[in-house]
Amino acid sequence: MALTPPSERLWWNEPIHKSELVWVTVAFLWGLVMFFTMIFWHVYGQQNLSNEAYRIEPARFEQKVEAMVAKYKIGEEGSSGIPVVKPPAGSDVYMLGRTFQWYPVLELEKGKNYRLHLSSLDVQHGFSLQPTNINLQIHPHYEMVITVTPTETGDFGVICNEFCGIGHHQMLGKIRVK
Amino acid sequence: MAADTEFRICPTTGLRVHLPAEALIKANAVVAVVFLAIGGLFGLLVALTRWQAIHLLPADLFYLVLTGHGANVLVFWIVFFEMAVLYFASAVVLSSRLAMPAWGWAQFVLMLVGALIANVSVLQGDSTVMFTSYVPLKAAPHFYLGLIIFAVGALIGCCVFFGTLVVAKEDKTYEGSLPLVSFGALVAAIIAVFTLAAGAVILIPTFLWSVGYIGHIDPLVYKVVWWGFGHSSQQINVSAHVAIWYAIAAIVFGAKPISEKVSRMAYFFYILFLQLASAHHLLVEPGISSEWKIFNTSYAMYLAVLGSMIHGMTVPGAIEAAQRQKGYVNGAFEWLRKAPWDNPAFSGMFLSLIFFGFLGGITGVILGTEQLNILMHNTMYVPGHFHGTVVAGTTLAFMAITYVLVPLIFRREIMFPTMAKWQPYLFGFGAAGLSLFMMGAGTLGVSRRHWDNTFADAPMSFSYPEGATLMMALNGISALVASLGGLMYIVNIVCSVLWGKPVAAAAPAKPAPAPAPAAISQYGSAGTMQLPGTYILVAVFFVSFILYYYVNWKYLAAVWPLK
Repeated sequence: MALTPPSERLWWNEPIHKSELVWVTVAFLWGLVMFFTMIFWHVYGQQNLSNEAYRIEPARFEQKVEAMVAKYKIGEEGSSGIPVVKPPAGSDVYMLGRTFQWYPVLELEKGKNYRLHLSSLDVQHGFSLQPTNINLQIHPHYEMVITVTPTETGDFGVICNEFCGIGHHQMLGKIRVK
Repeated sequence: MAADTEFRICPTTGLRVHLPAEALIKANAVVAVVFLAIGGLFGLLVALTRWQAIHLLPADLFYLVLTGHGANVLVFWIVFFEMAVLYFASAVVLSSRLAMPAWGWAQFVLMLVGALIANVSVLQGDSTVMFTSYVPLKAAPHFYLGLIIFAVGALIGCCVFFGTLVVAKEDKTYEGSLPLVSFGALVAAIIAVFTLAAGAVILIPTFLWSVGYIGHIDPLVYKVVWWGFGHSSQQINVSAHVAIWYAIAAIVFGAKPISEKVSRMAYFFYILFLQLASAHHLLVEPGISSEWKIFNTSYAMYLAVLGSMIHGMTVPGAIEAAQRQKGYVNGAFEWLRKAPWDNPAFSGMFLSLIFFGFLGGITGVILGTEQLNILMHNTMYVPGHFHGTVVAGTTLAFMAITYVLVPLIFRREIMFPTMAKWQPYLFGFGAAGLSLFMMGAGTLGVSRRHWDNTFADAPMSFSYPEGATLMMALNGISALVASLGGLMYIVNIVCSVLWGKPVAAAAPAKPAPAPAPAAISQYGSAGTMQLPGTYILVAVFFVSFILYYYVNWKYLAAVWPLK
C-alpha cells in the first residue's frame, strides 16, 4: 500500500512492468515532439514573437508616439477625440497603453508589414487584439517591437486584458485595417 | 521518546495517532474550510457578475472581490489544508510523534494572522491589485505584510514536517523507506521551501517599496520571481493531491503502486523541474529571449509533465490491479464499473484524477507553449485552465480525503451520508463546467479580470463573438452548481465535526471507506498483472492530448503573421 513502507525493502531493484516502461517512453518522446514543434515553428511558422525589446523611459516613449501622431494624423475617432493615425506601409508604428486608454487609433493597410512598438506609461497592460486573437503583455519601461502583417480588413478592438485599475474595462482601443 | 499517554490507537486503522499532531490537523483543516467558504462565496459573486444578464456587482466591488477570491481559495484554503496533509502524512501515517508541536502552533497562528491581515487589507478596498499584484500597481503595505507573515508560518510548518520525518526515523516507527504517500508529501514540502523562498525574495522588497523605502521595482523582474512563488505553489498542490490520490487508492482498495520505483521517480521529476514554471507566465513579455522561453516552458523538455503523465497511469493502474485481485476481472472496465461510486472519498478522488488530467493538464501544456500562448494570454482560457487544475483537481481531492479524515481524526461520523454521496459529483461537474466554459470563452478572445464584456463605458465600441455571452452564462450556471456542491461539503463537514455522532470503537456504518484488507497487498511490482482498462484510459488521454495540441497550432496558423 501507498500508506505503508514499500513491501520490498530494496524497491529500487524491482523490475519495472513493461506497460509502465512503454508509457514512460511514449510520454518522454511526446515531450520531445512538443519541444521540437516550438523550434520548428520558429523556422517555418508565421506567428512568432520577436526578441526585440528596449528599455525606455515612459516619457521618452510618449514623445515618440506623439511625434508619429503629429506627422501622420488623419482625423479623430468618434466622440472620444483620440487621434487616428495613418503611417506609411512598412514604417514604425507606435501604440501606448496608459490608464485607461490605448493611444492612438492606428490605420493600417492589409498585407503590408509594420513594425509595431508597444509600451506602457504607468502600470502593466494587456494588449489583446480581437477578434484575430493576438495577446501580448505590455510593461512600463520596456518597449516591445513586433513586425505584424494584417491579413483581414475591418475594425479590430484592442482590449486591455491585464487588470490595470478601477477603469480597466473602459480601456478599449482600435486598429483599423483597410 | 514521547510518553504513550500522548498517543491513542485508532480503532479502525490501528494507526498510533499522536494527540498534539491530531489537534494541529484539526485546527488547520477547520480554518482551511472556513477560508474555502469565504473564497468560494467570492468566486460565486465573480461568476455572477461576469454572467452579463445578471452582472451582479459594481465594478469596484467586482475587482475587490476577485482579488479576495484568488487569495482565499488559491492560497489560504489550500495551504492550510496542505499543512493538515503534511502533519497527517508524517505523524499519523508513520505512527510517529510530531516534532516540536509548539512550533506547529506557531505555524498555525502566523498563517492565521497573515491571512486575516491580507483579507482586511483587501476588504478595506485599497489593495485591489488582483492576486498577482503586478507592480507598479500598488497595494496597501499590510497586504504584502500579511502574505509575508503567512509564508513564514507555512515555512515553519514545513520545518515541523521535516523534523517529524527525522523523529520517526530515529524512533524507528517504520521499517525501510518512507511510504509513498509520505514521500509525496515530502516532495510537496521541499517544493514549498523553494516556493516560499521565492515569495520572500519578491514580497519583502515589494513591501518596502509600498512603504516608500525602495523607489522602483522592475516589473519584469517582479514577474519572473513572483511566478517562482505563484506557480510553484501550484506544484505543491499537485504533489499533495497526487499523494492524496495514492492515499485514497490505498485506503479504499488496499491498492499498491504498480511500481514504487516509477512512482517515486515521477515525484522526483517534480522537484527537479518545476521551479522553472515561472517561465510560462512570461511568454508574451518583452525583453525575454525565445530560447529562454522555450527551454524553460518545456520544463527542460517536459520532464515535469512527464511526471504527471506517469502518475496518470500508475494511480488508476494501482486501483485496477487491486480490483482485479478482488475478482472484478470481466472485460476492460468491470473494475471501474463496480468501484464504490457512492463512496465520496473514491468518487471525489477519481473525478479529480480525470478532470485534472483532461482539463487542467492538457490545457496547461497548451498554454505553456511559447507561440500558442499568443492566442490565450490573459484571456478566460487561463482561469479555465487553473479551475481545471486547482478546483476540479486539487480542491476536489482535498474534499475527498476529508471524508476519510473526519472519522479518522475528528472521530465523528459523517452526519449526512446521502449528501456526502452526491457532493463530489455536484462540485466536480460544476468545476469541470467552469473550466470548460471559461476556456470556451477564452478561445473566443474574452478577457479575464474584466468587469464588462459589453464595453458599455468605453470610448469606442466593440463586441465579442455571439458565443462569448453564452459561454459566460454557462460559466455562471456551472458556478452555481459548483457552489452548491461546495456548500454541501462545508455544511456536512462543519456539522459532522461539531455535532456528528462520535465514532464508536467498532464503527458499523461509516460512509468513509473500510480500512484496507492487509492481505491483498502482494501484487503489482512483480509485473504479472494485465491492466487493459488503464491502458485504454491512458490511450484515450494521449490521443486527446495530441489532437487538441495540434488543433491549437492550426488556430495559430490563421492569426496575423508576427515576427
